[in-house]
Amino acid sequence: MKCDHCDKHALVHEIVIRNGVSAEVHLCPEHAIAAGYPLPIESPIADIFPQLAAAVKVEGARSKERSQTCHACGLTFGEFRKTATLGCPACYDAFMPMIEQMIERAQAGATHHVGRAPTGGAEAERSQVLRAKIMRDLELAVASEQYERAAKFRDALNALDAPPP
Amino acid sequence: MTIPFAAALSQIGPDSDVIVTSRVRLARNISGFPFISRASNAVRLEIMRVVRRAVEQPSLSNESDRGLRWIELQSAPSRDRILLAERHLVSRHFANNDAPRALALSRDEHASVMVNEEDHLRIQFLCAGSRLPDAFAAAVALESSLAETTNFAFHPRWGYLTACPTNVGCGIRLSAMLHLPGVQIAGEVGRIKRAARDLHLAVRGYYGEGSESSGDFFQFSNQTTLGASEEDLLGEFHGNVLPKLMSYERDARAAAMEKQRNRIEDLVFRAQASLTAARLLTAASATRNLSRMRLGIVLGLLPMDLARLQRLLLQVQPAHLSVIDPRAAEGGDAELEARAQFVRTTLAQTSS
Repeated sequence: MKCDHCDKHALVHEIVIRNGVSAEVHLCPEHAIAAGYPLPIESPIADIFPQLAAAVKVEGARSKERSQTCHACGLTFGEFRKTATLGCPACYDAFMPMIEQMIERAQAGATHHVGRAPTGGAEAERSQVLRAKIMRDLELAVASEQYERAAKFRDALNALDAPPP
Repeated sequence: MTIPFAAALSQIGPDSDVIVTSRVRLARNISGFPFISRASNAVRLEIMRVVRRAVEQPSLSNESDRGLRWIELQSAPSRDRILLAERHLVSRHFANNDAPRALALSRDEHASVMVNEEDHLRIQFLCAGSRLPDAFAAAVALESSLAETTNFAFHPRWGYLTACPTNVGCGIRLSAMLHLPGVQIAGEVGRIKRAARDLHLAVRGYYGEGSESSGDFFQFSNQTTLGASEEDLLGEFHGNVLPKLMSYERDARAAAMEKQRNRIEDLVFRAQASLTAARLLTAASATRNLSRMRLGIVLGLLPMDLARLQRLLLQVQPAHLSVIDPRAAEGGDAELEARAQFVRTTLAQTSS
């Protein structure tokens, strides 16, 4: 069976339940790691497919991410994965790469908030912070040749420049 | 606690032939506190104290119809909690757990704030018919008033932070409860659901997440909350999606009336006969048959007031019925008998 996101062979097969609707997920090692699913490392398939050896190496690096804990509330990455519920606002930064992918997938690829924000004196400052953040993301995306992502960040910047309706 | 009978569910509004209710819900969390899953009872009580102080400012808590009343759910009688769930003012899960939580509810039951649900605050506005822009304006106004004394957790990139990361951004849920008997008769429910999913909409049953659709009522809501402004999401849902769904249902009804009028009449009048003859009646059977009568009313086959039927749909639910007839609280045949008798009597009054 093929991966949901590319033409490679899917190795991870899971059934996820979101909003009461169950859906099958089939992912190749690369996309499985990107989405935070553990690979069946013990599987003898790992010996058969050489490309998997590399994936397992990446997985080793990612397992560090999974053992991470939010210092503000003590939620572990494993607990978050089990419930898909965060413990506090600081978790958004603590589990950043995983959350980024999860949100973009659930939000049809959207990468930045463009709607209402709390009003008050801090608003101008906040929009500056946001602009700086998007520009940094944009540079990183270009540097790593992720042009599709870069285009999304560019759109988000343009949306910031658009006059309010 | 007494709950006056003014639920949006028992009224009618624009396009009520298809759209039963419109609802806008905003998810907000107070900065500085953990989300609910990591909150001790002490933290939950503190959150309630902060929200209560914000809710009890004179502009929000007054004697007008819009004035909010504070209801502590954990000390409210079980029947009252279920009444609120049957009126779609709280989720079933929120009604039934024991942790400290509260509901601020306006006297007219349109505006409410669930405190300590999945997020600290779920600010919502519910009204009859297709009135999402009104519901949106009211929910935003309420949120702004609460924000005057409360700081909501906000992230420059992700927007309003929510316990479930897939709700970030605007944290907004626009939803409409649709009555789709025409689509059901045409056998197109599966197609509509697939089309909705392609548009990133969730389709749920009569009682929200995880519930089955009953009586051909379906709740549609947006799932995208990031990368578009509230106004854009509202424009798409109210200006594009709902009109399409409405015309699909109306076309299906018209086609059925033209090609299978006998079948529609049979469905409607058989439902009416069943309800006026039943001596034992379950809530599911009552809902199914009242749904068919609803179709008969909007098609002009039955001379009955639509608002009266909406009210009846609510009154046949277990907790509402037990307020009308205490026998229903016993459950079993006593409940089925009480329901049958109440429906029979009501239908006899409305047709005379």
